[in-house]
Amino acid sequence: MSAAATTIAHEAPPQSGPRAFIRRLGHGDELAHLITLTFAAGILLLTSLLVYELWINSHLSRSKFGWMFFWTRVWDPNFDNFGAAPFIYGTLVTSAVALVIAVPLGLASAIFLSELAPRKISDSISFLIDLLAAVPSVIYGLLGIFIVVPLMRTTLGPMLIHSVGNVPYIGALFRGPNYGVGFLTAGIVLAIMVVPYIISVSREVLLTVPREQREAALALGATRWESTWKVVLPWARTGIMGSIFLALARALGETMAVTMVIGNAARINPSLLSPGDTIASTIANQFTEATGDLYLSALIELGLVLFLITFILNGMARILIVLTERGGGRPV
Amino acid sequence: MRKTILVVWLLLGLAAIAGARSGGTVLLNAAGATFPYPIYSKWFDVYHQKHSDIQINYQSIGSGGGIRQLLAGTVDFGASDGPMSDEQLGQAKFKILHFPTVLGAVVPTYNIPGVTGELNFTQKALAGIFLGSITKWNDSEIAGANKGVNLPNADIVVVHRSDGSGTTYIWTDFLAKVSNDWKTKVGNAATSVNWPVGLGGKGNEGVSGLVKQTPNSIGYIELIYAVQNNIAYGKVQNAAGKFVKADLAGVTAAAAESAKTMPDDFRVSITNAPGPNVYPISSFTWLLIPGQIQDSAKRDAIKGFLAWMLTEGQKYNEGLTYAQLPKEVIAKETKAISLIQ
Repeated sequence: MSAAATTIAHEAPPQSGPRAFIRRLGHGDELAHLITLTFAAGILLLTSLLVYELWINSHLSRSKFGWMFFWTRVWDPNFDNFGAAPFIYGTLVTSAVALVIAVPLGLASAIFLSELAPRKISDSISFLIDLLAAVPSVIYGLLGIFIVVPLMRTTLGPMLIHSVGNVPYIGALFRGPNYGVGFLTAGIVLAIMVVPYIISVSREVLLTVPREQREAALALGATRWESTWKVVLPWARTGIMGSIFLALARALGETMAVTMVIGNAARINPSLLSPGDTIASTIANQFTEATGDLYLSALIELGLVLFLITFILNGMARILIVLTERGGGRPV
Repeated sequence: MRKTILVVWLLLGLAAIAGARSGGTVLLNAAGATFPYPIYSKWFDVYHQKHSDIQINYQSIGSGGGIRQLLAGTVDFGASDGPMSDEQLGQAKFKILHFPTVLGAVVPTYNIPGVTGELNFTQKALAGIFLGSITKWNDSEIAGANKGVNLPNADIVVVHRSDGSGTTYIWTDFLAKVSNDWKTKVGNAATSVNWPVGLGGKGNEGVSGLVKQTPNSIGYIELIYAVQNNIAYGKVQNAAGKFVKADLAGVTAAAAESAKTMPDDFRVSITNAPGPNVYPISSFTWLLIPGQIQDSAKRDAIKGFLAWMLTEGQKYNEGLTYAQLPKEVIAKETKAISLIQ
């Protein structure tokens, strides 16, 4: 059908005017182009509208605090003094903890499912993993409150304080007091939430690596592990990175589950066991009752900051992907 | 693009006309405080059953949101757990009247392993604990008021609300009144403050959950929530120096005490009110009604509802563990209804 359409398009003499335009629309190609272009432009418009709204509505806060908003460590609605530093810190730390836990876990699972497990088992397990990705975040929050928090307070926390806590340098990350809620707990809950994304996407990517690549490696005398590590993984590198950054984006913006287990204290503390707060959770907590104009404006600016962080991290991801590709990762 | 917008408007218009024709129902939109939401939804429901032509739609989006929507003119009236400030009233393009509806109270709840009895909290002790200047449970300020209780030498874990809340407003209003230190360091009553110490929990359930889970912790929750969920709470020292356990009678007593000095606009804080039986951490919650309402049908509906709420409506309070308004306040409010024009 498309062949016929192109033939007609080629035979028709170039015409102008509305009639010709409508006739050309009838051939499908033009119409599809127009529709997809409109939708694609819509996404762009939506994003810029979002930034525009955040920018306009945060005017009061931006003009009062300026760049200091990023460094100020106080969030005091009562004295109209607002700084985003504790929340930026909390957002980055919890997301980093989540990735440190989720990336090895997710990647190992994906390798097992795509390279080692029989296809039938792999398919049924990945169906379950896709289900995990659809669980609402408040459920993960409850899981955190009822299981992770008590475990952290009674077992894991004291264990970390008494073992790693005494190691120089890293020890500062694991100092008391230990309440059960805090950065580490939030990071663990986030890791559980984002791991399905990493597994699911990485497995799909690994499955698209051509069979010939593996066979060639094996033919050259590589073991199964060597072929996976040196041939399959480098081939799928870009896709795996993509899955990790999808997980990161999810972790940065997560609200409900984090609020329930992070302790909600606007303080910067080097210990991962201490309570903190993130940008998304602060906005969710305080937006409804924010009465003052400056207060509201500062909360909206927090939204803008979160957008900026996401933007910068995504940009860095792009650069990283380009750099690794240039390094000749993918054999052609 | 413009055509679609036009079509949408036309459809909306048709829907509005159809809605208006179907029996001339007066539809009122309101938004605001979450604390009185259970009693408000009960009232609006019962009132609609009695007056089928009046329907009140209430969104419990929080006091801050209620005030903002009222100022923006997107709702017919608002509701708030704290009275509007002079600055907020100044921003309004129209006059706004406050009507107290019910009373609530906030209580301290704690979890100390080995301590089962009710603890007494002096005003100084509560302020000190939440400021972080009292850090141990066996501090003399706490132990002095609890002779015979074996308090442990353990660090106090403070739990506060993480979300902006009317409960925090009442709690900080009390602390600011009884402690100068609090007033200078943390400030006046507010729905969220810069807490000197502690962990935050979302909602009453978040705070009580954290307290239940964390040994040697203390938090504050609404009386109604504590009663409904059988959560134990402590006694608080009132302005007369007596330790009072919060109950509905003590809260109404606090309101009756303040009725004598009630300003005409009803914007009054009743925390730490004088009187021996008064529970000191109590507060009104208010409906915010525009002083001028152009639409006469809406105006009559709101006035009718207020008159009903002050008389028959109050009977529903105690079933839902809200304290009733004292007689003096009801009489004063009934007079104020005529101010709505």
